[in-house]
Amino acid sequence: MEALDHFLAMGGYARFVWPAYALAVIVLGGFAIETIVTYRKRQRALDEAEKRRR
Amino acid sequence: MFRLANPNRFMQWSGKILPWCAIATVLLLGAGLYLALFVAPPDYQQGESVRIMYVHVPSAYMATMVYALMAAASAMALIWRHPVADIAAREAAPLGAGFTLLCLVSGSLWGKPMWGTWWVWDARLTSVLVLFFLYLGYIALINAFDEPTRGARAGAILALVGVVNLPIIKFSVDWWNTLHQPASIFRLGGPTIAASMLWPLAVMALGFTLLFVTLWLMRIRSALIAAKLRALRLQQAV
Repeated sequence: MEALDHFLAMGGYARFVWPAYALAVIVLGGFAIETIVTYRKRQRALDEAEKRRR
Repeated sequence: MFRLANPNRFMQWSGKILPWCAIATVLLLGAGLYLALFVAPPDYQQGESVRIMYVHVPSAYMATMVYALMAAASAMALIWRHPVADIAAREAAPLGAGFTLLCLVSGSLWGKPMWGTWWVWDARLTSVLVLFFLYLGYIALINAFDEPTRGARAGAILALVGVVNLPIIKFSVDWWNTLHQPASIFRLGGPTIAASMLWPLAVMALGFTLLFVTLWLMRIRSALIAAKLRALRLQQAV
């Protein structure tokens, strides 16, 4: 538990280090989710359109 | 048919390498995070705050790299009218803007404890802010025309003009006095950063690069799928 507290405290720089990492996760993770969701939606729509054509 | 051939070929090869890129991204970012947070030593002057570097430097590197790629794709779109090149430039822009934002905010979060200020209007910081606005301006411009091809051409020209900002960013720390430290990795005479910090940084930078490649390929494929869907619906409407 003490080791975890020590780690999270980041030598007193916690309020600078963790927001930087949190923003990285939010921005990059956000792009990843948005990209994958849009891709799947479009692929599904195309599959259906092609099925209807046949 | 000639116009269709190239996008089709793109779909083939990108579909093959995409899963491998995704796996490599997850492994590299996982390893990079572990190295950055647990293995890399605290700095003897900056203490644990130096861990911000493992987010800041890779995102700064990607911010400029993605712009260079976007400009190269724009040049290809202008010269050869290659349909995938336009899409590639357009899909790179939001990712580049994201990396630039990450670079600016993480730099600010690092600057406050180390320099005593969130922001200074010096050459390095200002030129990166200009880069951010170039991305936003490009995105606004390509969407500002009723006819998408005209928007793409205007955007491509803006992207190429903005390339002048890249050497300004790179050399700003040598040309002007600044709070920002000079180059310590890509410099003549080799890196001056300790190996124990260079390795985690390299893994993180590679992870960021592969994440970009994965998302970029996926977004280009996504745009091509959307174009195919539009063409198909048009055909059915006739």
